[in-house]
Amino acid sequence: MNAVLQPNDYTAYPDAEGRFGDYGGRYVPETLMPLVHELDAAYSAAKADPSFQAELNGYLTHYVGRPSPLYFAERLTEHFGGAKIYFKRDELNHTGAHKINNCMGQILLARRMGKTRIIAETGAGQHGVASATVCARFGYPCVVYMGSLDVERQKPNVFRMNLLGAEVRPVTAGTGTLKDAMNEAMRDWVTNVHDTYYIIGTAAGPHPYPAMVRDFQSVIGTEARAQILDREGRLPDAVVACIGGGSNAIGLFHPFLADEGVRLVGVEAAGHGLSSGMHAASLTGGRPGVLHGNKTYLLQDDDGQIIDAHSISAGLDYPGIGPEHAWLHDVGRATYVSSTDEDALDAFQLCSRLEGIIPALEPAHALARVGEIARDVGKGGIVLMNLCGRGDKDIFTVADHLGARL
Amino acid sequence: MTTPRIDARFAALKADHRAAFVPYIMAGDPDEATTLAILRGLPSAGADLIELGFPFSDPMAEGVPIQKAAQRALKSGMRLHKTLALVRAFREQDQATPIILMGYLNNVLTYGYETFAHNAAEAGVDGLIVVDCPPEESAPLADALDAAGVSLIRLATPTSDDARLKVIAARTSGFVYYVSVAGVTGQKEADETAVAPMVERVRQASGLPVAVGFGIRTPERAEAVARVADAVVVGSALVDELAKALDENQSPSERVLALAKRLAEAVRSARVPVSA
Repeated sequence: MNAVLQPNDYTAYPDAEGRFGDYGGRYVPETLMPLVHELDAAYSAAKADPSFQAELNGYLTHYVGRPSPLYFAERLTEHFGGAKIYFKRDELNHTGAHKINNCMGQILLARRMGKTRIIAETGAGQHGVASATVCARFGYPCVVYMGSLDVERQKPNVFRMNLLGAEVRPVTAGTGTLKDAMNEAMRDWVTNVHDTYYIIGTAAGPHPYPAMVRDFQSVIGTEARAQILDREGRLPDAVVACIGGGSNAIGLFHPFLADEGVRLVGVEAAGHGLSSGMHAASLTGGRPGVLHGNKTYLLQDDDGQIIDAHSISAGLDYPGIGPEHAWLHDVGRATYVSSTDEDALDAFQLCSRLEGIIPALEPAHALARVGEIARDVGKGGIVLMNLCGRGDKDIFTVADHLGARL
Repeated sequence: MTTPRIDARFAALKADHRAAFVPYIMAGDPDEATTLAILRGLPSAGADLIELGFPFSDPMAEGVPIQKAAQRALKSGMRLHKTLALVRAFREQDQATPIILMGYLNNVLTYGYETFAHNAAEAGVDGLIVVDCPPEESAPLADALDAAGVSLIRLATPTSDDARLKVIAARTSGFVYYVSVAGVTGQKEADETAVAPMVERVRQASGLPVAVGFGIRTPERAEAVARVADAVVVGSALVDELAKALDENQSPSERVLALAKRLAEAVRSARVPVSA
C-alpha cells in the first residue's frame, strides 16, 4: 500500500470530486450522473443558505427534540472502574435514534429541489421509520426498501412505517439484508430519476451523500463537544460510537477531528467473531473496493464478489462502511475495533440493569468496548459514547437469544 | 484509439447498409460449457458483435432476469478470469466477431486494471463496458485499457444533455452504448421515435456508431430500433429464454441460438441493403 499523506486539516475533506484520499467518489450508472451533479449543487447551495439552516434548526429543536442530553453514566463508570463515562443521548430523539437528524435535513433538501416522491433503504428499520416520519410530516409518498430477512426480524418497525403511511417493499434478492435493500433502492432511483429523491440513511453512497449525511449528523458531535466543555471544562479523552455504514460515528467524530488529543474509536460488528467469517467488520476484515456508488472497505472475495455481512444487529449488518471512515482508518486519525454478538448482548443487559436505559443493539456494540477504553484512559479521564438508538425494537431479538418467550 | 475488430465490423455493416445485431449473454449461465456453446453458435445465428456479461453479486442496474443470470453464474463458479478463458476459447474458432465484456467495476478493480487490460487483450476481448464507472471515475481504467488496445465503451442515457454528451464522448472509441430507457435492464420498452433523435445527438457528439440497448425484447422492437440505430443490443430476452429452457428441461444453447436467429433476421430486415 502507498504511504498515506497526513493531512493538515482533517475537516477539509472531501475534495470537489467527493474524495477522502482514495475513497468516496461517484461510482454510479451514467443515468444517475446528471442527478448526482444536480444534488451536489443543490446541497452546496442549501448548506450556504442561512434560511435553510434556520429552518432545519427549527425542526431539530421543536420536532426532533434537540439538543439531546449529555448524561453522566455514574453506575457504569463505577462498574468499569476507569474514566468517567458520558452518554450522548441520541436515543431520546423523536423516532428513537439518530437517523432523524439526517432525514430532516434531506427532506428539506428534497422539497427545495422540487422532488415529489421519496425512497429510502433500511436495515434495522430506524432509518426507514425516520424517513417515513418526515415524509408523513411534509406530505410525501414514501417507499422503503427493506431486506426480507430484516422485515422478519424487525416487525415492529415495519408496522410503524406502515402506520406512518409508507410502503415497505421487502427485497428477496441476495440475502435479503441491507445491501440488497440498497441495490433495490438504486434500481428504483435509476428508473424514476425524474421525480424521485433517494434519502440514503448512512454516510455512504455517491458524493455528495457521505459529506451531506455527515454534515446533518454532525449536530451530534457539535452538541456533545459544547456540552462536555460546559460540564467538565475540558474535552473528553476518547469518543466512541458503533459503526455499520458509520453515520452516527462520523456525526460524533467530525467536530472532534481537529482536537488531536481526543481519541476517536469506532466499533464494528464482529458477529460470531472475526475468525468465523460471519461478521460485519469491513475495516478489520475487508479491503478497498467499489459498491453502492463509493470506493471504500468492503467484505469481498478474491474475485470482488461482495460477501454477506452478519450481525445480530440489523443496523450494522452491512458489508461496507462510509468512505470517510475508510480514510480516517488509513491515516490513523480514528481507530476501529469490534464487538461480537455476544459482547453486544451482554452490554445490552448491563446498560439496562445499571443505568435504566435499554439501548439498541447497535450502540450496545460500542458500549461493549467502553469498559476497556475507560480503564485504559484511567480515573480522572472522560470517555464519551454516542447512545445512538433505543432498544425497544430489539426486545424480540434479544428475548430470542436469551431463550425468553414473549 | 482504434480498435481494429470493432472498427472493421462497423465499416462492413455501413457498407452493407444495415445495423448490427448484438446479443448479450452472461458468462457461466448456467455453466461454462453452455456459454461456450452459445458463443460459438452466435456468429452463424447472425450476431455481428457479442456482449458477454461477467457476473457481480450486487448488479445495481440490472432487472430481475440478469440478476438471476448473475446468481446462476456465480453459483456455477464463474469468475472474471474464467470469463476471459471463455473468450480465449471462442477466439480459437472466430477471429472476426468483436467481443465486448460488460459488468461492474469491483471485479475489474479487484483483478487489477493493468493486469486485466493485458489479459483481456491477450484473450481477444475488444471492448469493456463498466456500468458503475462514469467518466469522472474512469481515468485509471481508461489508461490501462488504452495501453492494451481495448476500448472502454461509454454509456449515454436519456438524462444526457449536450454538455454531458461531451464529457461522455471525450475519451471513447469503438462505439457508444445508448441506454434507451431510464431504468434497469429488461424492464421498460424502448420507443424508436424517442430513440432516433438521441441516437443522432450521440453520433454527432462522438463521431462513433451508436448501439441501442436496455428495453428491446422482441424481433418487432429490434427491427424498429434497427431502422434508426447502428446496433441493436438484446440481453434480458435472451437470458429469459435460457432460464425458460432450464425450467422446461430443454437445451439452453439451442433455445438461445434460435431466438438470436429470429432477432438477427429482424434486425437485417429493417433496412434494405444497398446492392454493390
